[in-house]
This record gives sequence, structure tokens and C-alpha cells, in this order.
Amino acid sequence: MGEGVGPRTAETAEGRDRAAQESAPDAAAPAASALPLPAGFRRARRKRTALTGNEAVALAMRQVEPDVVAAYPITPQTDIVQFFASFVADGRVKTEFVTVESEHSAMSAVVGASAAGARAMTATSANGLALMWEVLYIASGSRLPIVMPVVNRALSAPINIHCDHSDAMGARDSGWVQLWSEDAQEAYDNVIQAVRIAEDPRVLLPVMVCYDGFIISHALLNLEVLTDEEVKEFVGTYRPDRSLLDPDRPVTVGPLDLYDFYFEHKRQQAEAMAAARAVIPEVAAAYAALTGRSYGMMETYRLADAKAAVVVLGSAAGTARFVVDRLRREGRKAGLLKLRVFRPFPACEMADALRGLHAVAVMDRCDGFSAAGGPVFNEVRSALYGLHGERPDAARRPQGRAPNGPPLVVNVVYGLGGRDVDPGDVEAVFDLLFRHIEGEEPRGEDGAGVLSRSLRPSPNTEVHYLGVRE
Amino acid sequence: MREGAGWKEIPRGGLILEPGNAVAYETGDWRTFRPVWHEDRCIQCLLCWVYCPDAAIEVKDGKVTGVDYKHCKGCGICATECPDKAHALEMVREEEAGGDG
Repeated sequence: MGEGVGPRTAETAEGRDRAAQESAPDAAAPAASALPLPAGFRRARRKRTALTGNEAVALAMRQVEPDVVAAYPITPQTDIVQFFASFVADGRVKTEFVTVESEHSAMSAVVGASAAGARAMTATSANGLALMWEVLYIASGSRLPIVMPVVNRALSAPINIHCDHSDAMGARDSGWVQLWSEDAQEAYDNVIQAVRIAEDPRVLLPVMVCYDGFIISHALLNLEVLTDEEVKEFVGTYRPDRSLLDPDRPVTVGPLDLYDFYFEHKRQQAEAMAAARAVIPEVAAAYAALTGRSYGMMETYRLADAKAAVVVLGSAAGTARFVVDRLRREGRKAGLLKLRVFRPFPACEMADALRGLHAVAVMDRCDGFSAAGGPVFNEVRSALYGLHGERPDAARRPQGRAPNGPPLVVNVVYGLGGRDVDPGDVEAVFDLLFRHIEGEEPRGEDGAGVLSRSLRPSPNTEVHYLGVRE
Repeated sequence: MREGAGWKEIPRGGLILEPGNAVAYETGDWRTFRPVWHEDRCIQCLLCWVYCPDAAIEVKDGKVTGVDYKHCKGCGICATECPDKAHALEMVREEEAGGDG
């Protein structure tokens, strides 16, 4: 079973939530972060269309119809650019399409276009994102609401075209909002919402829409799309308050800014990212009113009474959801936290969602090479540090040993360079967590049978490598 | 922007909303040495005015009248180019020169 296209192939978020409520006898809050639908909401009947992730994202871009798209092809993002170039050539969009000689130029061109007052988009992957690096910071520091799909792929070297998250994780501190997608439907939905998030006057920051290379970008999914008119109405017309092409109100963009004001501008930027915490759920609520699909900063699945859970982002969330259901049928209290928004990081919601658990595995599709765990692990564990010394609500602890501190948190690095992750792998992670909870120390690689086939501890006992060969 | 303004009151992202406001920026505050002009020794050859990479040599009616310390960065080119026989410009350490910077 391929992740992301397996257990929930044809399900919408709403359908999934409903299924969760029906199947979980204990589902007090199966999707605590899912936003309530407006009263009297009746879901419009929409035609389902089979699209790959890249087709869905290119469709969203066509429907948004930005003023400028400047992009350079790179696997696995390539067919977004190809499809969009066709839309331009066929006269289906009025977008100014700029063919550039590199990703550095692509990002520079959209920075210029956005500063000039245009709604501007590009898209990239892996080394293309790396080549954009310095300009990413110019986009965010200049507060330009650019939207960019990032089709996640491993970074060279050695060269590899398949999925992992090391590209976007490296850009996590570049000042861009990061939305992550579990499947093509969410990638499509995220692109449309990203436009409104980026352009909100409280935010005015660029937004990356991340989705897994090949697993999502090239797999077909039967998904629901909006009409062109609905998308255009949802994103509205971009009316920047300042632009370089407004001769009546001249403005300078990107000037020298030394010790006297640079710090104040960074403080503003920090505030804009914090404001995105409020804006993202607002935009999601408006989108839910239109589509019936609701998204929060994160999605919790059968977490309310869980003892062990995995935290995951991207397509592996689908595999994890499938495994949670399987373990629940066996009477094991497993749960899932799927992270949708990594920037801004929803630290408080994360701590609230995980506080009642005994053990948590944070899955990183990126090593980070900190020698102390991957990037998602470090942020999740940091969010939980505030729980130290706090007595958790005893009522939320079903039975057994109830630790007085925050849950045990371990890191699982998985799927690098496109290494497949199947339900058995995720089960191995839950096995590790349940063994921790039951007080049995997991043994190292010599402890055959204790750890399942694919989970290997590193010398740092908090970090485990899933699916790597010794 | 008001000097010392806080982050809530300045334009976002470094935008400059007032055109041509570079004239208000005094760039002469990083000098270590300053050129001191001696009118009595000056032969009015204007080489300092020609070579100054800024526009910090003040000239009126074809004659040097002094140095604009609001913009002079203290590079010393004027003093180097000043003919030896005149020696009308000499570089003096800021803390020894005193006066307005």
C-alpha cells in the first residue's frame, strides 16, 4: 500500500472526520482542531476528478490566475511548470509567464513582480529551492505575499529525485509560512488558501505549500475541485497598499537598513508570523464554508484517549491513520497528530494535544544533522517543555502508569530519499512506544524480536532510524 | 521615519514612503580622521574638489570654502591630492579635532 493514496484515497477531510466519529467508540474529539462547519451548511455536489498532485496544483494556479508566474522546471515539480505553460500558451490565463534560467532568477523575478504590485507565484523542489535560498529571505523580509508550491524532494548529494523533507525543512527559518499537505486534495486546497493567508494585511508574508514528491505529485487521486469562479471569488482581487508601479505614491523597496532600524523590521516580521496563527484558521473556516473541507493548524485523529501517538506531516499521515485504526481494532490506544502548519509553529496547540499521552514518536522525513534529532522532533519536544512540573489532568489518563511529566518523546527519522514507509513500519514505531509505556527497555539492534524489523536506534537513544539497513 | 521610532510605527519590510529622503541621511558619522582645511595655505587649485569621491568639499563662486562634515567619510583622498607645497588639508584624528561631527 502506498502512503497517501491508500486508506483514504477518495475521502475528503470531512468524510474522514465523520468516519472517525463513527468508527471510534471513544471519539470524544476525533478531530479537535477541525473547525466546525457553519450552521445550516449544505454541501454542494461537486464533480470528482482524477488528477495527479501536480495537475491539481497547476489547476489551482490556473484558477487563481496570478498576474505573474516565473518558474524553472525541476523534478518532481516539472509538470506544474509544463501544465501552467500550456495554460498560458492556450490563452486560458492572462498570466505573464516568465521563463528564467534558474530558480534564483525565478524567485528574483517573482520578488520584483510582487514588489511591483502583482500577484506572483512560482514552484520548485529540492536543489531548486536551495538555489533560491538568499532570495527566500528577501521575499519574506520585504513582506511580499508570494505563493510557492514546494514538491518535496531529497537534497543532493548523493543525487536523488525522490521524496523527503530536507528541502523545505532547511527553509523553515526563512520567514515563509509553511503549509504541508497529506494528499493532492489538501495540496490543491492549500494553494487556494495560501493566497488569502499571504495577502492578509495582518500577515503579508510568502507562503510555501509543501507536498511529497512523486507520492503526491505523481499519484492520481480522485478529488473535488472548485469552479474557476468560486476560486476567483475566494481569493479576490489583490490590491496592495503600496507598489513600485504606483507613480502617485512612490515607494522604495529593499533599502539599506542598518543597526538603527533592521531589528525593528525583524520584530515586525516576527509579529506577522505570529498573526498568521490567527489568520490561517480564519481562512480555513471560510474555505470550509465553501467546500465542506475543514483544516486546522493540525489534525488530531483518535488522540483524545490515546496512550501512544505519532506526529507526522505529509503523505505518511495517511499510512499512520490506517495503522491507528488497525491498532484500535486490537484494543491498543493509538493516536495520530498530523501537522499541517509548520510555520508558524502551533506550539501551544501541540502541547495541549499531546499533554495527556504517555509516549509520542515524532516522525521526521529529514535528518537535520543536528546529532540531536530532526527538526520536527526538536520543535515538538520544545513545545512540550512547558509542561514540565505540571500535573496532567488525571481524568484524561485511562489507566496504568501515569507519568507526572510530559509524555516521553522519541524521534523517528524515516523515508529519506524516497524510502517507502508501509503500515508495518508505522506499527514498529507504535510497538516501540507501547514497550516504553509498559516499562520494557527497547534493546538495540542485537535485540532481535524486540524492535521490529525496520526500526533501529541510533547511539543517541532518542533518535531512531526507520527502514534503514545496518 | 522618526529617529528612534519603534517597530509598530515604521513602514513594514523596510519600505521607504518618502521619495528622495536620502538627503536627510547624514553619512559622515563613521570617520576616524577628518580633513582640516587651512584657508591661509590653500592655493585654490580645486584638486580636492575634483578627487573627493563624495561631494564633501564645499565650493562657492569657484573657491573652496570648507568641508561638509555631515557627509565626509574621512577617506583622506583630498589631503593626499592637495599639493605638497600648499599642504592646506591635513588629516586629524576625530577625537583630537573635536567640534561637530
